[in-house]
Amino acid sequence: MILKTEQDLIDFGEQIGKALFPGALITLKGDLGAGKTTLTKGIGKGLGVTKIINSPTFTIMKEYQGEMMLHHFDAYRLEGEDSELGFEEIFEGEGVCVVEWPQYIEHILPEERLDLVIYKCMDQGREILCTPFGEKYVTLAKELEL
Amino acid sequence: MSIILAIESSCDEMSIAILKGKRELLCNIVASQIDTHRLFGGVVPEIASRMHVECVSTVLKTALQEAKITMEDVDAIAITKGPGLVGSLHVGMQAAKTLALAYHKPLIGVHHIAGHIYANELVEDIEYPCLCLVVSGGHSELVYMKEAFSFEVIGQTLDDAIGEAYDKVGRVLNLPYPGGPVIDRMAKEGTHRYKLPLPLNDDSYNFSFSGLKSAVINLTHNAAQRGEEIIPEDLACSFQNVALDVLINKTIKAASEYNVKEIIVAGGVSANRGLREKLTERSPIKVLFPPMAYCTDNAAMIASAGRIMFEKGVLSELDLSVKPSFDLEGESIHESN
Repeated sequence: MILKTEQDLIDFGEQIGKALFPGALITLKGDLGAGKTTLTKGIGKGLGVTKIINSPTFTIMKEYQGEMMLHHFDAYRLEGEDSELGFEEIFEGEGVCVVEWPQYIEHILPEERLDLVIYKCMDQGREILCTPFGEKYVTLAKELEL
Repeated sequence: MSIILAIESSCDEMSIAILKGKRELLCNIVASQIDTHRLFGGVVPEIASRMHVECVSTVLKTALQEAKITMEDVDAIAITKGPGLVGSLHVGMQAAKTLALAYHKPLIGVHHIAGHIYANELVEDIEYPCLCLVVSGGHSELVYMKEAFSFEVIGQTLDDAIGEAYDKVGRVLNLPYPGGPVIDRMAKEGTHRYKLPLPLNDDSYNFSFSGLKSAVINLTHNAAQRGEEIIPEDLACSFQNVALDVLINKTIKAASEYNVKEIIVAGGVSANRGLREKLTERSPIKVLFPPMAYCTDNAAMIASAGRIMFEKGVLSELDLSVKPSFDLEGESIHESN
């Protein structure tokens, strides 16, 4: 899927947010500046979050109240860390989890989830690759026409 | 005169301070863990909390010795309840509750950012109404304070915090962690050679540093592809100029619109020399910066905010729990209540 503008990225996120179910997990890969937090803003909008969603890099996780709780993770600063982080409880909970830089905490991520990769194109547009794992996520991807 | 013992462990540092009255600081012990974190290029929550557990009792003992008091002399225990890293916050919270319970002292849960703001009052009284620019690794906010302990967030970052942008640009330039102070030093030696976009240069009081970060990344990538060399000092200078310009412009505009008596700066980035010089030079009204020693996380600032809450009778129950994210506005104390 190709998205041309930042607004397209937010709109796409909003669609995802509206289609999510309790306990859903989405991972977001992409270079610095690819638009991971921007996409999360859209997901939050779809979930009815009214507060400003900004980068959780420093605090590792931020939480927002919407129709479902949104847990926004950023594992950017966890590179090389393999001890227990205590996130499993949240992944198994009823809220929705969005994880940026999932490659750094791959060992604690549940297997069933929707993986999204954002590529920045030469013309500043974005290409999104989507891989669902598990039945619920395959259905979700179909619903989103991914 | 009140004696407040404060514990702060929201992130890198485990710190305990003891404050007598308004600004007689009997001690401010900071057990910095920054060397370990440098290896990882950032804070690692589990390492942070594990190290806090190891050092909390040593820090407490040192604090009481240096202050030459005993726990019996303390009037209240102030503790950072959030925002911050959950594991780290818990260690401080458990220590604070244990002390409060064992010595029958009131417990005061302090918002981390209220602490940063009140670091300023360790030097002189804040004059209200004032405007506070909160700048750190996790925050970039403009807070209007009509009176003591009244917080109205009138602007905030829509994406990255300013300190985070500094650290990420530092990583792109292969600088050691934390990148902020290094960029600040390098900027002084460089010239503003590279053209970078002024981020979110609009009428709002919100900030956006993600685009500026991306512009720096694009600039270095494009230069690498063309085989050109980037002068790191010049890039640091260009980045710092643009980032500070937008911070300062919006702060001064808000100060004028809200008709405040002074501007106060809080948070780790308040140690940035470029910001200190430029804001002081350009502001038509008085600007208060916390002393360098109280810019980064420390318990003295928590004691300072805790002292005001103690005087206003805002105490916490022993079932107080930590929160990774927390609204500052909800911490406002309304005198009528």
